[in-house]
Amino acid sequence: MIPALANPDRFMAFSRWAAPLLGALAALLLAAGLVLDFTAPPDARQGYAVHIMFIHVPAAWMSLFVYACLGGASFFSLVFRHALARAAARAAAPLGAGVTAAALITGSLWGKPTWGAWWVWGDPRLTSVLVLFLLYTAYMALDAAIEDEARAAPATAILALVGLINLPIVHYSVVWWRSLHQGPSVLRAGGPSLPPVYLTPLLIMGLAYLTGFGALWLVRIRGEVWRRRAAVMAMRAAA
Amino acid sequence: MSGFSLILRREFALAFAGGGGPLVAIGFFLAMTSLLPLALGGSPERLAGVAPGFAWLVLALAALISLERMFERDYEDGSLDLIALGPAPLEMAAFAKALAQWATTTAPLALVAPFVVAALGGKTALWPIITAAGLTGGLAFAFLGGIGAALSLGSRRGGILIAVIVLPLFTPPVIFGAGAIEAFGAGLDWKTPLLFLAAYALAAAALSPFAMAAAARNALS
Amino acid sequence: MITALAIEDLCIDRGDRRLIEGFSLVLGAGEAATLSGRNGAGKTSLLRTIAGLIRPSAGRVVFTSASGPLEPDDAIARHAHLIGHQDGLKLSRRAGEEARFQAAWCGGTRGTADAACARLGLSGLLAMPVRRLSAGQRRRLALARLIAAPRSLWLLDEPLTPLDRDQRAAFGAVLTEHLAGGGLVLAAAHDPLPVEAREIELA
Repeated sequence: MIPALANPDRFMAFSRWAAPLLGALAALLLAAGLVLDFTAPPDARQGYAVHIMFIHVPAAWMSLFVYACLGGASFFSLVFRHALARAAARAAAPLGAGVTAAALITGSLWGKPTWGAWWVWGDPRLTSVLVLFLLYTAYMALDAAIEDEARAAPATAILALVGLINLPIVHYSVVWWRSLHQGPSVLRAGGPSLPPVYLTPLLIMGLAYLTGFGALWLVRIRGEVWRRRAAVMAMRAAA
Repeated sequence: MSGFSLILRREFALAFAGGGGPLVAIGFFLAMTSLLPLALGGSPERLAGVAPGFAWLVLALAALISLERMFERDYEDGSLDLIALGPAPLEMAAFAKALAQWATTTAPLALVAPFVVAALGGKTALWPIITAAGLTGGLAFAFLGGIGAALSLGSRRGGILIAVIVLPLFTPPVIFGAGAIEAFGAGLDWKTPLLFLAAYALAAAALSPFAMAAAARNALS
Repeated sequence: MITALAIEDLCIDRGDRRLIEGFSLVLGAGEAATLSGRNGAGKTSLLRTIAGLIRPSAGRVVFTSASGPLEPDDAIARHAHLIGHQDGLKLSRRAGEEARFQAAWCGGTRGTADAACARLGLSGLLAMPVRRLSAGQRRRLALARLIAAPRSLWLLDEPLTPLDRDQRAAFGAVLTEHLAGGGLVLAAAHDPLPVEAREIELA
């Protein structure tokens, strides 16, 4: 599908119907997820704070997923010098930063009632997500600092890929650090056996975020394409 | 003389000609050290406890100093064109530049760090691990920093942009280095984190020249 | 040894602007050509594209030797000199050190670097830091590597601007020798070169 979409005109035609469809789907899934969320019983340990989990956990998943998309688009942008791939990477970055910030903030809101602290240093996932947020801001800072688009594309792509390679290493380094300190295992280890009454709304929320990201991403890429077309037309008009 | 040693010798000469080589970074290190007791309040126990971690962190920050000059000078006066078009690969020149950065900035900092820790009242027995971590981690900081320096060529924000790009990438070496120092002090396994630090530094040294060269070529285009 | 340079239908974009459209040129051994045109016409970009620093959006550059076509990167790395309109000199270093570095980087030696500087009248200045040299002296220092590390193709961007009339004449002798030996010269210049050269106007 991706090679087929690589053609800008075909992408524009595709996204014209795909974006609203994904948006509608996201809205439905979000509504369903929230309903299931608020009708779920409170957790024995966490009490009502568990409701924040349904907002926080999918956001954390998405923060990583969006970075993978950013990395993939950057790879195509760098290797194939593809302008649409570059537009896709550029469009994804603020979305990724936003969902990562949401993950951090909701994580903090969840943490206070659950473990008694707004933040826990030395938790691998929290630290990784924080570094992920910094990687997004670094990408956007570099993008803003280079005025010439022809130069900004490869440079930001290189940065995205370097960040992508580093991300698992960052995660592992904090995992190792926590083993040194035998820190509080406050977050359940990955893949908890969540009771189905929690799992279903979580997955639905996850899908809601995914389709929502898809819709927003397509819309933003369209915006990028229009921006570039307008810039080219203005250049030609001035010449 | 091979291309590699040509660049290396030149980088050394330029580092020391432009105002004392490592002295600027060392000066920054010492200035921060003198601020810490003022900022923390005078309690010697608190200072001593914080000293190794603080010294390590400031070493990482001081590594960012003079990173800007790694490629920017050559870019501005046209030497980067010559280096990029020469018979030796640009990747090799980038490697030589980062190695020189390590030798003239971060390695001297690693040698000063134990004194800083001692000055803050930290355990003097920590000096071997601090030096080892500083030298190894410094290699990672120099090579990762080179990526930042090359990526921000030709942009307006220079130094601060390099820091923003590079600091997230510093996370693993900072963690492993600090962990090694702490483990050594507590009598725990310090070899594992030091080995991870070394592995990370060597991987950075091996791979970052490709990113640096790609970024430099992009800036020249 | 490059014996011919062929540029075929080269198109260069800078930003969103098409700077050069369909540029073609054939330069043979012993030939010199001057690119002229107003500032911003693309002379520098054209030279940098031939040197491989800029990727053209269309067209190609072919380097030929006596034994057939050359790999472009190899041709530039070993058989061409690009002298940009910046000197590429570090102000804090001594002139002699810079000349020797540039020559050695391009395959020359310390001896040839010193000889080249002598030829260009710079011998007395080698011990001085570059920042104390005048613009004309720095330019000659940058040009020294052409003599110190002989290569067939010279891509020169405004080579003579800070030089006075006598220095230009002296450099003309250097150019003549190079062309007589089968070299090629492509220069971007506002003023004519002190040798016989084809003039190409960039629109």
